[in-house]
Amino acid sequence: MTRRHLPVLITLAVFIVGYLICLAQFPSFASTRVIGNLLTDNAFLGIVAVGMTFVILSGGIDLSVGSVIAFTGVFLAVAIERYGLNPYLAFLLVLGIAALFGAGMGLLIHTFQIPAFIVTLAGMFLARGLCFVLTTDSIPINAPAYGQITDIAVSLPGGGRLTFIAMIMLATFGAGIVLAHYTRFGANVYALGGNRASAELMGVPVGKTTIRIYMLSSFLAALAGIVFSFYTSAGYSLAATGVELDTIAAVVIGGTLLTGGYGTIIGTLVGVLIQGLIQTYITFEGTLSSWWTKIAIGALLFAFIVLQRGLSAASLRAR
Amino acid sequence: MQPATERAQLLEIRGLTKGFPGVQALDHVDFTLHAGEIHGLLGENGAGKSTLIKVLTGVFRRDAGTIRLDAQEIAARDPADALSLGIGTVYQEVNLLPNLSVAENLFIGRQPHRFGLVRTGEMRRRASDLLAGYGLDIDVADPLGSFSVAVQQIIAIARAVDLSAKVLILDEPTASLDAQEVETLFGILQRLKSRGIGIVFVTHFLDQVYALCDRITVLRNGRLVGSRPIVDLPRIELVSMMLGRELAAEALHRNHCTAVTGEPLVAFKAYGKKRLVEPFDLAVRSGEVVGLAGLLGSGRTETAKLIFGIERADSGQAFVDGKPVRIASPRDAARLRFGFTPEDRKTEGIVAELSIRENIILALQAQRGWLQPLPRSKQDEIANRFIKLLDIRTPDAEKPIGLLSGGNQQKALLARWLATEPRFLILDEPTRGIDVGAHAEIIRLIERLCEDGLALLVISSELEEIASYSDRVVVLRDRQHVRELSGSDVSADTIMTTIASH
Ligand SMILES: Nc1ncnc2c1ncn2[C@@H]1O[C@H](COP(=O)(O)OP(=O)(O)OP(=O)(O)O)[C@@H](O)[C@H]1O
Ligand SMILES: [Mg+2]
Repeated sequence: MTRRHLPVLITLAVFIVGYLICLAQFPSFASTRVIGNLLTDNAFLGIVAVGMTFVILSGGIDLSVGSVIAFTGVFLAVAIERYGLNPYLAFLLVLGIAALFGAGMGLLIHTFQIPAFIVTLAGMFLARGLCFVLTTDSIPINAPAYGQITDIAVSLPGGGRLTFIAMIMLATFGAGIVLAHYTRFGANVYALGGNRASAELMGVPVGKTTIRIYMLSSFLAALAGIVFSFYTSAGYSLAATGVELDTIAAVVIGGTLLTGGYGTIIGTLVGVLIQGLIQTYITFEGTLSSWWTKIAIGALLFAFIVLQRGLSAASLRAR
Repeated sequence: MQPATERAQLLEIRGLTKGFPGVQALDHVDFTLHAGEIHGLLGENGAGKSTLIKVLTGVFRRDAGTIRLDAQEIAARDPADALSLGIGTVYQEVNLLPNLSVAENLFIGRQPHRFGLVRTGEMRRRASDLLAGYGLDIDVADPLGSFSVAVQQIIAIARAVDLSAKVLILDEPTASLDAQEVETLFGILQRLKSRGIGIVFVTHFLDQVYALCDRITVLRNGRLVGSRPIVDLPRIELVSMMLGRELAAEALHRNHCTAVTGEPLVAFKAYGKKRLVEPFDLAVRSGEVVGLAGLLGSGRTETAKLIFGIERADSGQAFVDGKPVRIASPRDAARLRFGFTPEDRKTEGIVAELSIRENIILALQAQRGWLQPLPRSKQDEIANRFIKLLDIRTPDAEKPIGLLSGGNQQKALLARWLATEPRFLILDEPTRGIDVGAHAEIIRLIERLCEDGLALLVISSELEEIASYSDRVVVLRDRQHVRELSGSDVSADTIMTTIASH
């Protein structure tokens, strides 16, 4: 029982220790303002990470999410500003396009048995290329809806704000938890990650599940792209480069095994928050270069992968 | 009970044909299963038994032939489709998911749910009820991987039984079960049979065939040899149907080597590990075969793992040639020229993508170090020698081992250790899953090896067999070496009574 939850518990412990260190140095970390910002600033990363967790749980990988986020921003900017489309309609449209895009990748992965790594790498270039086809400039989005949405927030005691954006992220996590742990689809995802061949022999609908997993990942990447465009109020082809790697890092730090089959959605939330915490710390510190975020995350990632190896070796020996 | 032929035909297979590159796995095979019948599907390793099952359940596409279920023509697209037609299967490969809970393994794809959400509590309750019928009282919320292979096997069977509305197919289900578990399984199969379910049962244990089956169908090299009711089929005739030749009755028995004397090659004094095996004394001389007998879980495999350094002893001392040695890892053991073929060969040791040749030379190459590759001509020589020696059925040595039939994979793994020319070899269930012909081969091989001066420790559940080739037999009970039999005491009866006595 506890062995199964060990990775998540370790992630949680790292977060708590990290938070206490920050608190000791900067007492304002206790304020709801900092916490509210932590949630808001990492909302887009959290949303993609939910989709990525499903992908990695199933034993796959999705390298296209960063490009899908950029594509979403560019698409929204072009559709709303150039063609005067209603922003809400544009949101629906881009979510639909992304879902189709993901379904296509899943279909390729399943029917031709091509490694997900290769298919989504191609997807990454394709989505990024499409951005440039639409526009090479950074297009600002001035639609009034944008201002209205970003302003929605619940005030927290102590002056902090729980923004609508943060709420979207938390809702996504909630939905992700239900989907992963309380539906047949979720069980099928774990089954695929456990052993694809066995899953097939047990009658798990492998093809349908694979397609849905990548569809979900791209859909959530587009949702993250919408949220990202709220931050920047612009669409830019070069936005969100490398986000796929940050996302994978968050999922792994959150205790999901890169080889698939083991992990939780809630762990990913903590993984995202750890990344956010490091970033916030470096901002507060002021003198450190922001590259230290990457270095810290790199070190942490390394530690977690070594830890996972150790744990799985230990559990093998225990059998 | 009315004779099987008068019952309704449940499953009717006609002219089923399936080829793989280089092999005709099935060649116009007919097979008929009646309702309420237990039908043994028999044949040597590579005869096409598993292929027949996989074509029937939609894992492989067939090249030709028709399949009728209840007089309706069917063509399962995939295993899920076969399940929905009422055909439940336990495939020969381990086919459950170690990372999911036991309950999820039992109910995946058909979890009880409400408003799209799985009712976990309900599912666990049903899973516990289901397993209670098999005498299994475990926490069904635990991941499957935390249980032993035998328990996993029972769970796989329970799942298939629960799923099969019309036909139940079991491909070598008893391979890792002990006598009592087999008994329980047989009880359940009899019950299903009386409910009118048709059961296809693949096994290499002839005793089980006679204990359970109403009818048998024998395949050889992908062709149908014949289908007969079991009641008036003498054993020797069944064997010759399978082999296509007469098997001399004494082939299954070893002429004991002349009594071995001299200093032991390997010896263990008060060797043991807490919670694994009680400290034991054991000595094996060159040219001697020592058997380890006992029920599943009595500490046989654990003893082997301790000796081979997979588990580290926390008491006692090991000696080789009278000199104390330390065996803290399999590498240490390999350096002392020990060899070990594990029981769970399906998952421990096969590198499915590599060729048979590469799999056979793997241990030898590892011993030499990867910087001194074996010359290719030598590799070919070794591989071909063992393919011939063990009668591994394959077009050539370059076929990926994962594409061989289950029994032939096991022979290749045995070859891997034999190729290293060990001085002391531990064989855990060497004949399990291996057909009668190869069975005799392996026993003859054991005999020859010991004449060449090898020291052998053999674990087996088949008492007749172990009694026939062992010079001495150590009997284990409850993780304890309880008695050592030698000379005329080495017989299946004495072993049995020793296991049973208190
Ligand atoms: N996927 C595959 N690709 C190529 N050849 C295969 C494949 N599966 C089986 N074969 C070949 O088909 C033949 C029949 O194999 P099958 O697994 O049906 O034997 P079996 O009767 O089940 O034997 P065993 O008792 O050893 O399990 C063998 O020669 C095997 O090498
Ligand atoms: Mg087979």
